[in-house]
Amino acid sequence: MTDLTKLGVAAIRDGVASGAFKAVEVAEAFNTNVAAAKVLNAFIVETPEKAVEAAQAVDADRAAGKPLGKMAGVPIGMKDLFCTEGVQTTAASHILEGFIPQYESTVSANLWRAGAGMLGKLNMDQFAMGSSNETSYFGNVISPWKRGGGDNAALAPGGSSGGSASAIAARLCPAATGTDTGGSIRQPAAFVGISGIKPTYGRCSRWGIVAFASSLDQAGPMARDVRDCAIMLEAMAGFDPKDSTSLDLAVPDWEAALSSDLRGKKVGIPKEYRLDGIDEDIAAMWDNGIAWLKDAGAEIVEISLPHTKYALPAYYIIAPAEASSNLARYDGVRYGLRDLPDGAGLQDMYAATRAAGFGAEVRRRIMIGTYVLSAGFYDAYYTQAQKVRALIARDFEQAWGVCDLILAPTAPSAAFGLGEKTNDPLSMYLNDVFAVPASLAGLPAMSVPGGLSKEGLPLGLQIVGKALDEQGVLNAGLAIEERAGFTAEAEKWW
Amino acid sequence: MSVDKDTVNKIARLSRIAINDEEAEKMVGELNGILAWVEQLGEVDVTGVEPMTAVIPNKTRLRDDIVTDGDMRDKVLANAPAKEGIFFGVPKVIE
Amino acid sequence: MSEYRIQGETGEWEVVIGLEVHAQITSNAKLFSGASAAYGGEPNSHVSLVDAAMPGMLPVPNRECIRQAVRTGMAINAQINAWSRFDRKNYFYADLPQGYQISQLYHPIVGEGEIEVILDEKDADSPRKTIGIERIHVEQDAGKLMHDQHPTMSYVDLNRCGVALMEIVSKPDMNSPAEAGAYVKKLRSILRYVGSCDGNMEEGSMRADVNVSVRKPGGELGTRTETKNVNSIRFVMQTIEVEARRQVDLIEDGGAVVQETRLFDPNKMETRSMRSKEDAHDYRYFPDPDLLPLELDDAFLEECRASLPELPDAKRVRYEGMGLSAYNAAVLTAEAETAFWFEDLLAQGAEPKQASNWLQSELFGALNRLGKSLDESPVNPAQAAELLKLVSDGTISGSIAKQVFEIMLETGQGASAIVEEKGLKQTSDTGAIEAVIAEILAANPGQLEAYRGGKEQLFGFFVGQTMKAMQGKANPGVVNDLLKKALA
Ligand SMILES: [Mg+2]
Ligand SMILES: [Zn+2]
Repeated sequence: MTDLTKLGVAAIRDGVASGAFKAVEVAEAFNTNVAAAKVLNAFIVETPEKAVEAAQAVDADRAAGKPLGKMAGVPIGMKDLFCTEGVQTTAASHILEGFIPQYESTVSANLWRAGAGMLGKLNMDQFAMGSSNETSYFGNVISPWKRGGGDNAALAPGGSSGGSASAIAARLCPAATGTDTGGSIRQPAAFVGISGIKPTYGRCSRWGIVAFASSLDQAGPMARDVRDCAIMLEAMAGFDPKDSTSLDLAVPDWEAALSSDLRGKKVGIPKEYRLDGIDEDIAAMWDNGIAWLKDAGAEIVEISLPHTKYALPAYYIIAPAEASSNLARYDGVRYGLRDLPDGAGLQDMYAATRAAGFGAEVRRRIMIGTYVLSAGFYDAYYTQAQKVRALIARDFEQAWGVCDLILAPTAPSAAFGLGEKTNDPLSMYLNDVFAVPASLAGLPAMSVPGGLSKEGLPLGLQIVGKALDEQGVLNAGLAIEERAGFTAEAEKWW
Repeated sequence: MSVDKDTVNKIARLSRIAINDEEAEKMVGELNGILAWVEQLGEVDVTGVEPMTAVIPNKTRLRDDIVTDGDMRDKVLANAPAKEGIFFGVPKVIE
Repeated sequence: MSEYRIQGETGEWEVVIGLEVHAQITSNAKLFSGASAAYGGEPNSHVSLVDAAMPGMLPVPNRECIRQAVRTGMAINAQINAWSRFDRKNYFYADLPQGYQISQLYHPIVGEGEIEVILDEKDADSPRKTIGIERIHVEQDAGKLMHDQHPTMSYVDLNRCGVALMEIVSKPDMNSPAEAGAYVKKLRSILRYVGSCDGNMEEGSMRADVNVSVRKPGGELGTRTETKNVNSIRFVMQTIEVEARRQVDLIEDGGAVVQETRLFDPNKMETRSMRSKEDAHDYRYFPDPDLLPLELDDAFLEECRASLPELPDAKRVRYEGMGLSAYNAAVLTAEAETAFWFEDLLAQGAEPKQASNWLQSELFGALNRLGKSLDESPVNPAQAAELLKLVSDGTISGSIAKQVFEIMLETGQGASAIVEEKGLKQTSDTGAIEAVIAEILAANPGQLEAYRGGKEQLFGFFVGQTMKAMQGKANPGVVNDLLKKALA
């Protein structure tokens, strides 16, 4: 019998629908893989019974001849940023340890309604702050990949959706939810050789997702290929009246409209992304990407996004500012950790609780955010950053005058080793240099595997599209996927 | 603009994050590194540019004035670290 | 308006006052959540996951709250900002689950406006003054802490958390406790007319932050203090008195006023510094990234304007035009409750002057005796109109009307039914009246002789005797005429 864990979303959905196998068999197969991969530390909580329950419901529906949902029979991993009713949700932070939401996030509820089941809650960077999954209170997630040549160093799966990335790459789940604030879906997808899309800001409801930076946070799928991403995004997206920033638009049938024929499309290559000293492997992969898109019929044009250089610093003002306020609610009063030193008053309790509950990176970003919003600095930092952000969005607007899509690398390098960048926050932040501009502008952006580095590690190509043009992004992703022939997998060592 | 230890302590206080001397010392370097880096934004000519207010053109929808929520005290209190009957308990606040 | 001066050792001091009034917007649900905004309720029951600031919860604004703020702005001729947005005011306190209050700092929904106040509304010649309004913004209320339930803990009730407030910020245009009192009174009246706030200060639906500074008349503005959450008009006036006095004494003793928040203690008649809340006064306002800009279209604004009622000043002028005295018009319009009652009375066909006099003497007198408010009046406008009609069409006399009204108050019966049942219709039957007059004159020969001897003031005595004998039912005009004849 085929190993069901080799299958992706579409194959599982179709196999369950056709009766080739039962949803329960799929769930059990993935549960087995999850249980055997503890060393990767991809999950904070495993919920094998939930996966089986959902699968049983799908099997029963099928037996009863009821219509099946878009994700029927597909067990998935749920990033621990999504609040799941009755299942601990921590955002990988000590401060939320033991928190059992009494509600289900809109996106996860949409997925369950579509017939998906939950294998567990995936590890991540604490409060989604990080690019290597080294800030989790529950320990680092380890990438299933190793550098070639017998180098046994544990590698970062990227972040913040590192658990999602690692779990998919190691076939612990066929797909997982991610969230992307400044690259947190795309960069980990690139690091482990899978696909992931951050849709247009407002496509997926933020209701019930632990907030990091409200004006940037956006949920999206991570999966093995472009089609799987399209299917899962359809299930996740949709208007939600409970989120004021949700877009009141119907969800397109992205899967049905997938096409790798790019004739008539213009793809822009931003010259500012060709940084001095760009990694050779990255540059070569980018050139390959250009050739593949040309081959698919697209016209390639050089474009300019003049404010690119300022995207990262603007991001590191805006995101911490919003986070410093969003994370004020973790105060030890209504849920989560409370640290009450002897004789402490209310304000001391807050300070003790938050010092004990937040990890170092979270504390650092809260402090930066607090500083840039504080009296006398607000205009110089925050207002200036929001103006620069407007200019970055305008850069894209102008680019859309000459192209339909933009192609760039996802990250400036392949995965790095755990611990290699932890002592230098700035070098860690630079990982998101290519991912952040699209986040600031709220644009749909996707990473697809683009090849391997000299060391044999996956590299990702990023496609950025116009607002609401997820279809264009997915189609270009598909064109690359068909031509890249990326079949490499991490060799199983766990 | 660079921060010193007093400023770090002040920010920590505003953030309600307790820090000790050693941590404050360390944070001075880290924050200054990051702030020095973000200050390159000052180079950008933003004359006539309005700060971004909505990422994607969209405006606020308004809700109808109907009671649709609440009445869920058990859920609201379910995770309280110090539940006192039907209240949240906090260390006594002296005003 | 008034020359209010504080007498210090170094001479006279002038007080400068600005008020920030927090008014609860009348709505069913909260500003950003669907939980009930009703007063009271079991602790922590009017609380949604949004109000409790659970992770991932998001605000969605309530149209009615926005609408009421806009209508209020229109009622004070203020600038309405069709584009506004919400900001977060960040601070940590146990009554504030989010760690920030959603408010408006940079772009409030209502800009500058003004309110005209009359120092003594009962006196048409009383001085008037226009108080500038700086802005009205919409924001969330906080929860409640209880300190007396446990020896070492305070208890948190989030029921009020997220209830919609308007903060109405005046310019520092007031210079005496009386002006401030008149301003709050007038503001409350406008809010009640508009229907945007019930103005119930006891339940906390209106409370004022009182900004006070002192200066030598005409001199530079002094440093101000802000006394928070003063919850009655009397307390607002007292706060100003004691705080201004404190500042004058402080300065004259060589001290300096510190800009700070204070609270008023009505028992000790003093204000006290709230140092516990002073610490880290840096609210780090920034636009709330969970909310998009609030853009109001023409249709919305048009509806707000069209739904505004006639406001007190306009109503007063109209009443004066109907022949009411300036005093009466002022009394009738000062409170929305009175004006609306009076309007109902007119709508039932009552004649304005008669209705105004009756309402202000008879009804107010009765309610006063009963200790009831107009809302609780046992007699409604329709019943009152029926009574007044019986007087104006001559069915009963004014004095019988008083009796009938008493019975109405007691029994709730209708005026016509009472008149019918008790046979109180007045008579103009000259024969019957002449017969009674003859009896009266016969029974009082002494008075008759005195009257005829020139003591004409005894005429009233004979009228009284006749009316009494007729049990008040005789038409007074007819009695007068017949008596004059009989006594001639
Ligand atoms: Mg105030
Ligand atoms: Zn306020």
